[in-house]
Amino acid sequence: MSVLLGKDTRVIVQGLGREGRFHAERMKEYGTKVVGGTKPGAGGTKIDGIPMFDTVAQAVDATGANASIVFVPAPAAMDALLEAIDAQIDLVIAITEGIPIADMLKVAAVLETAATTLVGPNGPGAITPGQSKIGIMPAENFSPGGVGFVSRSGTLTYEIADLLTRAGLGQSTCIGVGGDPVVGLPTPDAVRLLNEDPETEAIVIVGEIGGAAEERAAEYMRAEGKKPAVAFIAGRSAPPGKRMGHAGAIVSGNQGTAESKVRAFAEAGIPVANAPSEIPGLVKKALRR
Amino acid sequence: MKLHEYQAKQILARAGIPIPDGRLATSPEEAEAAAKAISAPVAVKAQVHAGGRGKAGGIKVAKSPAEARTAAGAILGMDIKGLRVEKVYVERAADVASELYLGITLDRDRRRPVVMLSTVGGMDIEEVAASRPEAIARGWPSPLLGLLPFEARALVFAAGVAPAQREAVADIARRLYRVYGETDATLVEINPLFVEKDGSVLAGDAKLDIDDNALFRLPELAKLKEVSADEEAEEKARALGFSYVQLDGDVGIIGNGAGLVMATLDAVQRAGGRAANFLDVGGGAKEAVVKAALEIVLSNSRVRSVLINIFGGITRGDEVAKGILDVIEAHPPRVPLVVRLSGTEAQAGRRLLEKAPLESRATMDDAAAEAVRLAKEPARA
Repeated sequence: MSVLLGKDTRVIVQGLGREGRFHAERMKEYGTKVVGGTKPGAGGTKIDGIPMFDTVAQAVDATGANASIVFVPAPAAMDALLEAIDAQIDLVIAITEGIPIADMLKVAAVLETAATTLVGPNGPGAITPGQSKIGIMPAENFSPGGVGFVSRSGTLTYEIADLLTRAGLGQSTCIGVGGDPVVGLPTPDAVRLLNEDPETEAIVIVGEIGGAAEERAAEYMRAEGKKPAVAFIAGRSAPPGKRMGHAGAIVSGNQGTAESKVRAFAEAGIPVANAPSEIPGLVKKALRR
Repeated sequence: MKLHEYQAKQILARAGIPIPDGRLATSPEEAEAAAKAISAPVAVKAQVHAGGRGKAGGIKVAKSPAEARTAAGAILGMDIKGLRVEKVYVERAADVASELYLGITLDRDRRRPVVMLSTVGGMDIEEVAASRPEAIARGWPSPLLGLLPFEARALVFAAGVAPAQREAVADIARRLYRVYGETDATLVEINPLFVEKDGSVLAGDAKLDIDDNALFRLPELAKLKEVSADEEAEEKARALGFSYVQLDGDVGIIGNGAGLVMATLDAVQRAGGRAANFLDVGGGAKEAVVKAALEIVLSNSRVRSVLINIFGGITRGDEVAKGILDVIEAHPPRVPLVVRLSGTEAQAGRRLLEKAPLESRATMDDAAAEAVRLAKEPARA
């Protein structure tokens, strides 16, 4: 497998409501091993053919699951994430949007001493094309290959994956880290995974205004980069002080500006695309070097 | 969500943080009565959700109830950064010996709260951070444990607080951290934190911003939400599950997904135009969604063209196209539309749009250029 997920990853679904059921079905179609679901009180039953369990620990015991995808609504999401971390699941992917920051700070503090990698929340999930998809992305836009891809956005990720696929540039693993100010696997950590992955030949980093994750990722690649990278920053025209859809996409004072991020990538020798349409060309150019 | 100073101060006072005696007033007469009850020189302070009130003339000191009445008369109705002052807070003017800064916010990099304390008070903390970073002491408490006594002490020593005030300031820092946690604050700030000539420490100002995502569990605070005139469209959009931000250009934007919409705004700027708004319709783009989104965008009279950029993912491009066609047949828009569909079944969608009274483009860059061109054309009859 590339990073985080592959053909042997066994997934449970936390929160099999309307959205959870829809996407569990799409994941199964893609070939993802969806081995169970949790819903307190539904243990022993099946939903859409998926065996249900009362607790995450029971589901892990019974199915050998090593990954979970969380659709639980925001008010109860922290509890769902902590339950998955407590059950020592390797990979937890949180799709939920709108989790309070204070809850994510607690989850992040618990993660500091846990074995779990949390991707999200408020992201599309992750996909290793041709092997496993744990997320809500439309699979048609992705194809197997050597480009590792990290993004803070959902649809923009699909758009860029589509552009890469059409240009004949398949992807190793695509990681949607999520649009919240506090996420489990921030951009620099996701970039590090891909930098150390032997199956990834080049890295595409899609960032946006707000925070300093792109600057940290650029610093890391400048010091440790083993392969070429290409970046894109969304929100270059956004005015300061306005939250652009994502809770984390806001320029506060002089913090989080697109200029700062573009400069950081330039200083690390990483070309920055002016538009998503430029990304495939820049990747090809970088790979030819 | 922002609270007013008087609301934030009530919350601080409930947490045991000393504040000057104060009263809210909505008329000069009430301000006069408030000053009389306080029976000391007072500060009359505009209560608006904007920074820089002092510089804008929204804070005046009054030595007598009559002066408080005059001051309130001047401040009430005043326009501060586009916001009309509807109420003033009248509070005892502190007998200030020195001013400190105390604030707690999120450190995104460290994924922890950061507590900041400085003996340089009363100034914009970002300016202090830029010009004299060493003047700010910082601590990063565990969100699981809160600000511990030793951490509060360490801050007070690092900031160089005078010995006589150390205990009081450390105590206030711990109480403020509890406010931060209990109110799901994204920012809580006491600036300035006054040291009076008699040595007492009290909050001169208070700023409290609440995480909107936590309002579901803060029913009392949620009631304090105020929507100003220019936020009405944003609130209406939020109720529909959209995310809308008004900007100052003339190209209306509708898209799905925050990152894609941001990239669309950027494409409009690169094409030489200016976006009138940010509008993310979220997942899916069925007819009802497109209709509601168009209504919101066109409610801004400056809009001269609308660019719809939808990535058909789980929702197919042909279904999106049908939704757009149904809407414009039933409600022909007053400005030209440019539609760009991509992703699943996008070609089928574009074929459906071929005969429609709109411009369809295959790429984001082309669509942005066309929308900008149309916005610059003379208005249609």
